[in-house]
Amino acid sequence: MNVPTDYVLALSSILFVLGVLGVLVRRNAIVIFMSIELMLNSANLALIAFARAMAPAAEAQRGHVLVFFVIAVAAAEVAVGLALIVAIFRSKRSIDVDQVSSLRG
Amino acid sequence: MSFSEVLQGGNLFTYAPLIIAFPLLGLLVNMIFGRRFGERAVGIIASGAVGLSFVVAILQFFALRAHPEGTSVLVADWITIGQLAVPWSLQVDTLSVTMMLMVTGVSTLIHIYAIGYMHEDVRFQGEPGRFTRFFVYFNLFVAAMMVLVTADNFLMMFVGWEGVGLCSYLLIGFWYEKGEDGIGNAIAGKKAFVTNRIGDFGFLIAMFLVFGAVGSLQFADVFHWAHEHGLENVGVITAITLFLLLGATGKSAQIPLFVWLPDAMAGPTPVSALIHAATMVTAGIYMVARNQALYEVAGLSSNLVALIGAATALFAATIAVAQFDIKRVLAYSTISQLGFMLAAVGIGAQVAGMFHLITHAFFKALLFLSAGSVIQGIEHGHHHLEHAGANPEGGEAFDPNDMRNMGGLRSKMKITFWVYLIGALALSGIFPLAGFWSKDEILADASHESTVIFLLLTLAAFFTAFYMGRQILMVFFGQPRSEAAEHAPENPPVMTVPLILLAVGAILGGALNLPGIHTLTDWLEHTLHVHVSEFNIMVAGLSTVLALLAIGIAWLVYGRQPLGRGKPDPLRRMLGPIFVGMENKWWVDELYQFLIVRPYIALADILADVIDGRFWHDWFHDTVLARSFREGTRWLNEAFDMRVIDGIANGLGNITKVVSGRMRFLQTGYVRNYALSFLVGVLLVLSYFIFG
Amino acid sequence: MTIDLILFFGIAFIAVISAISMLVSRNAIYSALFLVLNFVAIASLYLLLNAAFIAMVQVTVYAGAIMVLFLFVIMLLGAEKVETSPSLPWQLPVAILLGLVLVAEFAYVLFGRVAQVGGELVGVGEGFGSPASVGRTLFDQYLIPFEVTSILLLVAMVGAIVLTRDDRKEDR
Repeated sequence: MNVPTDYVLALSSILFVLGVLGVLVRRNAIVIFMSIELMLNSANLALIAFARAMAPAAEAQRGHVLVFFVIAVAAAEVAVGLALIVAIFRSKRSIDVDQVSSLRG
Repeated sequence: MSFSEVLQGGNLFTYAPLIIAFPLLGLLVNMIFGRRFGERAVGIIASGAVGLSFVVAILQFFALRAHPEGTSVLVADWITIGQLAVPWSLQVDTLSVTMMLMVTGVSTLIHIYAIGYMHEDVRFQGEPGRFTRFFVYFNLFVAAMMVLVTADNFLMMFVGWEGVGLCSYLLIGFWYEKGEDGIGNAIAGKKAFVTNRIGDFGFLIAMFLVFGAVGSLQFADVFHWAHEHGLENVGVITAITLFLLLGATGKSAQIPLFVWLPDAMAGPTPVSALIHAATMVTAGIYMVARNQALYEVAGLSSNLVALIGAATALFAATIAVAQFDIKRVLAYSTISQLGFMLAAVGIGAQVAGMFHLITHAFFKALLFLSAGSVIQGIEHGHHHLEHAGANPEGGEAFDPNDMRNMGGLRSKMKITFWVYLIGALALSGIFPLAGFWSKDEILADASHESTVIFLLLTLAAFFTAFYMGRQILMVFFGQPRSEAAEHAPENPPVMTVPLILLAVGAILGGALNLPGIHTLTDWLEHTLHVHVSEFNIMVAGLSTVLALLAIGIAWLVYGRQPLGRGKPDPLRRMLGPIFVGMENKWWVDELYQFLIVRPYIALADILADVIDGRFWHDWFHDTVLARSFREGTRWLNEAFDMRVIDGIANGLGNITKVVSGRMRFLQTGYVRNYALSFLVGVLLVLSYFIFG
Repeated sequence: MTIDLILFFGIAFIAVISAISMLVSRNAIYSALFLVLNFVAIASLYLLLNAAFIAMVQVTVYAGAIMVLFLFVIMLLGAEKVETSPSLPWQLPVAILLGLVLVAEFAYVLFGRVAQVGGELVGVGEGFGSPASVGRTLFDQYLIPFEVTSILLLVAMVGAIVLTRDDRKEDR
């Protein structure tokens, strides 16, 4: 399967930018979280592309291992993050991040 | 070597500086240790110091006998600047040794007298520390007088001149808290000092002129120059001698500067006796005599000297006739006798003048000390009465010096009476006492030189005899006119013995220059130009007749009907307004007050109040300086400090406030905004890595 | 145009469209579902890149567990429709602008500076990307990170429970 690495990286960067936009534009905390997951995913994609590019070398599989770890950490992060959102919801009765503006100066 | 060889050898001259050193040492010892030693020791040390000076003077006398031309003993090099060379060396010649002997001799006797006198003073006035202070000043005076007399140049003489003036001031105001209004004595001292200062000014100008003309201040150089170039420089020499005369009138209390001497009687009697009768006041006479070389050239000045002397003699004698204070009479008598001496040196009879100076020292000191004895006796009587309870005359109003409170003391104070009588007769010029010989020599010389002077002096002699007769009769004869006089006791020997010794001098003093044997003339010939004075029987007879006549008139007025208690002086009735004039000293003090003192004080007031006070302080300092300073600082404060500086400081704060107010809006509190700023940061860093 | 490229562009298209849809959706459930689609697309892309194991892990963990968790939380909080009035109206334009800048920078790096990233793709060996070989690499060289990750997961679990615990007093 010969997919030119450039193209994959371009896709990865597009997805990353979309994730950034999502974080900036959306007000729903959960959607923001999902955008963050999108960003992580785009990074994973880039890693897999690089691993493929180095293919026959023995260290190429390191990319896969790293992606594995990223996914594991993302899972842990999601768990804690959603727990936080729930806790905020309990006190604020809303998950609109614009409501969380006590630091307003 | 034997004593006579030592005397012949002239080594004794080197002891001359001791004559100044002994009194200085005495005063230092008394000043430092006086409190601890006690009265008796202080008196002995002081009198001993002066006595040792007298011994040194005697040694100088013997040395001069062998070497009559005299010598100069160098003590130290004082000033050497450019052309001016003033060494401190002692001129030991016949004239100065004459003065030395007289001053130290009389001083020793008066010191001993003062021990008793000041002891009484301490007893009545309290404060034992005064005793020491008195003797310190007294010794200082003798030291200064010795400096004056032994000086061999004008500047050194001036040092002594000033020194005796200072001591006079200190001692006149000795009881500084007493006198009129508690300050009278101090004022008298001030008057003496200021009047003397005017004379000193004359002396200084003369010194400057001498230095300008001759280039040296040494007597030897100046007199030599006067001999050589005198005739070409008569103008300068006349100026010098006139200014010297001004100095002499100040120090020797002649017209116009005599006004301080009667007030100086405020001091203790030993002071009056020593300083204002025998020694300091003779300094002027000595100075004129010393400068004979200059006065010989300037005939105008010599005539003026004689005229002033004679006029003063008569003027003062008339005042003495109407005085009631026993010491005032003697004071004016002193002024009058000094006039005699000044007239003598003015007409070129320096020997006669010096002769009278010596004899006058004896009997005037005697008279003053005896007067002090009388005053002490009256005071004793007064206090004795106060202690006994009876106080008829009242407290402070009682003046122990007033002759109207005396009378009949002949029987109470016998020794004092006899010595006083001897002194009075000597002063009046009664044969064969000392005064007769000296006064007659002056009159004889005057009759040769100038008729005017002769007449003035003869008239003065007449008045002299009269007022002394009046004084004797008022004080010692008749009935006591006050309770105090009735109880006046005689004084202890420490006071009466010196009186007796002085009386001996008054009796025998004429032997110094008896006509025919003229020892003093020969003695002084080595230093001055002298001429032998012939004994003029006419003059002598005339003066004796006049003196006896005057005493007779005095007896008629005061003796036949002794003055009763509280009665007025009969002379007042006889002479009327003339008596009033005499009593008021011919209003000379008032004249000076009006002409000189009042305008001077007015000028000082103007300078102080108007110029210094109103102009300088009020206007310039307060208005100009202080106001402009205040305005300046106010401007700096308000316009500059408050507006500019505060503006800057507050402005910075304001800017911070405004800027932070605007910048506050960055802190929106929205998470999304913060995320946006994250992104911006990321972009920047990325740009740096890509493009940088 | 090889079949790889065609497949790639198709999957890429799906991935981008689903990502955009996720962003744009009003309903959070729809966003989550679109994200699931995106993950599946990415997983198939992994397969295309010879990362079989990772593809399966992606589907299992990401799409299967994480997104399920998301959906449960959305339903728990009732957060489907949240957006009310838009505050910060300027946020959107600025964000789009900055996003474009970021894209430009990426483009520059990818196509401007470096001629070609990676070079020619060489054929992979047998078993590349398989569970066995990835596992071998994982347990050989990265054992300790593996264990640490397990502790991390434990911590996350505990944290999640603690954060959501009811702090009101309970009768014991």
